Amino acid sequence: MNRKTWNPYIAGALAGLLLVLSILITGKFLGASTTFSRSAAVIEETVGIDTSRFEYFTTKKGKYGPASLPNWQLLFVIGIIVGSFISASFSKTFEIVKVPPMWAKRFGSSPLKRGVAAFFGGAIALIGVRLAGGCPSGHGLSGLSQLAVSGFIALTFFFLAGLITARLIYKNKRG
Amino acid sequence: MSLIYGLVTGILFGILLQKAEVLRFDKQVGALRLMDMTIFKFMLSAIAVGAVGVYLLKDLELIKLSLKGTSIGAQVLGGTLFGIGWAILGYCPGTAGGALGEGRVDAIWGILGMLFGGGIYALSYPFFKANVIGIGNFGKITLPQILGINHWIIVVVFVAFIIFMFGFFEKKGL
Repeated sequence: MNRKTWNPYIAGALAGLLLVLSILITGKFLGASTTFSRSAAVIEETVGIDTSRFEYFTTKKGKYGPASLPNWQLLFVIGIIVGSFISASFSKTFEIVKVPPMWAKRFGSSPLKRGVAAFFGGAIALIGVRLAGGCPSGHGLSGLSQLAVSGFIALTFFFLAGLITARLIYKNKRG
Repeated sequence: MSLIYGLVTGILFGILLQKAEVLRFDKQVGALRLMDMTIFKFMLSAIAVGAVGVYLLKDLELIKLSLKGTSIGAQVLGGTLFGIGWAILGYCPGTAGGALGEGRVDAIWGILGMLFGGGIYALSYPFFKANVIGIGNFGKITLPQILGINHWIIVVVFVAFIIFMFGFFEKKGL
C-alpha cells in the first residue's frame, strides 16, 4: 500500500479478478455511468422537477428513476473515490492539482478555463455513454469480458473519436 | 448488504486504479495521443483475466451473462460523442471520482458536467429512441454467438491478441 505505483499489467489483472469475484459473489458487473443519470433524477426531484414527466426516468419500471438510488452501483462509484483517497494517502501521492499538467501546457494554468471545458466535456461524454449504453467500465471491462458485440462496437468508437479529438485539440505536438 | 458489497468493490477498484496511475488526466489523454499506453495496459489486462474468468464460471453454471443490447446507431453515435467528451474531460465516469479522491480537483467540474449531461440525455431520450436506437438493433448478442463457434476459441484468440498488443507497447516503449 505504501508503494507509489504498481505495474499496470498486474493492477489490471487484479481488477479483472475483482470483476470476476463481484459477478460470482453478488452477480454485479462493474459499471459507473448509469449512476450519473440516476443522480441527475434525484437532483431534479430535490429541486422540485417532476421526473415522471420524462420517459427515460420511468422506462424499464423506473430503472433510471430517482427511486432507483441508493443501489450497488452508486456505492461502487463512491467507493472508487474513497479507495483512491486511501491509496493516495498511504503512498503520499495525494496532491491538490487544479489544472492537469498536459492541459496547462496547451491551454495555460487558468482553473476557470479548465473548469468550463471539463464541465462541457463531461456533459458530452455522459450523453454519449448513456446513448451507447455504457462507459469504459460497463462496455469495456464488463462488456468485453463477456465478448459482447455491443462492447466491441462501443469501445472502437470511444477510442477512434477520442483519438481524433485529442489530435485536433493538441495538434499532435509532443510533450 | 448489496450496498456494502458495492462500497467494498468500489474501494478495492479505486485502490487499483490509483496505484496504476490510470486516474490521471495525463495518462488518459496521453493514451489518446498515443504517447503512453498505461490505461490500455490496465484495461486490456483486466479484460483478459475477466474473459477467462467469466466464461469459466459460465461453463460451470455459476453465473449468468448480463449483456447490453447491440444497437449500431446507439453505439456508433453514443460512442463517438463519448470519445469527444472524454478527450476534452480527460476522465471517464468511473475514474472522475477516483481522480478527485487523489486531489485532482478539476474532476469536480467534470462530475457536475456529467450530472448535467445525465439530465440532458433524459430530456432528449425520446428523440434518440425514435431516431437512433432502432438503427441496426440486434439485441443482446456475443461474438461467439454471431460467429457460431465455441466461445473458448474466441477467448483464446482475444487473449492472444491482447498479449500481442502488450508486446507491441513494450517494444515501442509506450
